[in-house]
Amino acid sequence: MTPVLDVRGLAFAYPDGHQALFGVDLHVHQGERVALLGPNGAGKTTLVLHLNGILSGESGHGMGAVAVSGLPVTKKNLLEIRRRVGIVFQDPDDQLFMGSVRADVAFGPANLGLKGAALDKRVMDALEQVGMAAYADRPPHHLSFGQRRRVAVATVLAMEPEILVLDEPSSNLDPASRRELADILRGLDVTLLMVTHDLPYALELCPRAVVLSAGKVVADGTTYDVLTDDALMRAHRLELPWGFDPRNISIDSLPR
Amino acid sequence: MGAGHGHRLHFHGHSAVHRAPAHLKILLLLAFVLAVVATPREWYPVFGGHLLLLLAVIVASRVPFRYLLPRMVLEVPFLVFAALIPFVAEGPRVAVPLPGGLELSLSESGLVAAWGLAVKGTLGVLASLTLAATTEPTEVLRGLQRLRMPELLVQIMGFMVRYLDVVSADLGRMITAMKSRGVDPRSPRQWPALARTLGALFVRSYERGERVHLAMLSRGYDGRLPDLDTPPRSSAATRSPWVHS
Repeated sequence: MTPVLDVRGLAFAYPDGHQALFGVDLHVHQGERVALLGPNGAGKTTLVLHLNGILSGESGHGMGAVAVSGLPVTKKNLLEIRRRVGIVFQDPDDQLFMGSVRADVAFGPANLGLKGAALDKRVMDALEQVGMAAYADRPPHHLSFGQRRRVAVATVLAMEPEILVLDEPSSNLDPASRRELADILRGLDVTLLMVTHDLPYALELCPRAVVLSAGKVVADGTTYDVLTDDALMRAHRLELPWGFDPRNISIDSLPR
Repeated sequence: MGAGHGHRLHFHGHSAVHRAPAHLKILLLLAFVLAVVATPREWYPVFGGHLLLLLAVIVASRVPFRYLLPRMVLEVPFLVFAALIPFVAEGPRVAVPLPGGLELSLSESGLVAAWGLAVKGTLGVLASLTLAATTEPTEVLRGLQRLRMPELLVQIMGFMVRYLDVVSADLGRMITAMKSRGVDPRSPRQWPALARTLGALFVRSYERGERVHLAMLSRGYDGRLPDLDTPPRSSAATRSPWVHS
């Protein structure tokens, strides 16, 4: 079966010479929910920006290949690649740039050529999925941070991506918003790659975790195994929050 | 529809002036300002007529003068400049007696020039404030769009409206951080620090612009904004979602 995400031997150095990735291999199959973990500066964001062709060998110095459902990420495929890979960025203010929630969610699908009633339906379906349909006509900057994050997820869902990539989805959320977002993400029927420092969140949502450190994949296994491997965790500056021990969580409540 | 809060110039209301189409108001404002500027400054009674017309519109809009007047401070630098002209201009001079036996020698042509600058500026600012008070920023943009203003300029102004609050919140946080470290941004001694803060704000906003562009690219932006001019819902039939808030 063709993986949704197929990254092979990906290396990348920025034009200033700083090398961020040293041969990354990553495969994500349909329906998987994968957490991408790693300390600051490990290359996570660089990797994410390769997934939809924002960065590539052409914009710096790189090697290797990325393919999404068999389609290689190259200049001529960019529009289709960006439909297939939906990235939700960390700061919703960067993602919500239109005057209203509705217009913002419509931006992506309209770029794909959707119009009229089909566009409207796509927009409202996406907002429905994140529980924000009632806010369609509000300007994004009048929403709370948690609401903006959810709308940001909707802007990407409206493009019906094959894989949803979230950069730090739980950052800056209060605990209730964090939980609400988890409920929403769990309910989505979509392949998910989640970049996060929030290890309990990764354990709660993603059965599989990949650890990126210094530009290389150093671990790839079940999130439970990764988080309970003390030597691995210590070696790559990963730390669980004080008082949190995955071993105390009943196996049944872990995601599958 | 997000009306009101966050906009410092708009005064919420439902008067005929509020309801008039934005493009019409923009055209009238333009015509009014051109007429004021074109009026020779010695035609003193005509300026009274201009003022009466403007006051009639303001009364009809039911925007209180208390609301408009404080916002006219943005005109102060021009007034200061106008006040300086009679002192520095050439030509025949008139003596103005001051209490205490002193006399002030002012240039006659300078006085007329100052009058012209002050009255034209004041009328123009008051008229513009009236437009701003009765028209939402997004309505103004839509009006400009209908007047066939180049699309790119309208888009840039749309981004400005969208990000004004974000950038001013950024600045607010930076100033709070300055104050927390013992800097009073109002004191001239701290102006160098304030200037550096503004520089940092510019860099931050520039970087945000880059991130917004990345986010747009990620959703298939190919250099032109999608044509969202004909939204499907009848309730929004005359609105472009792009400038819609």
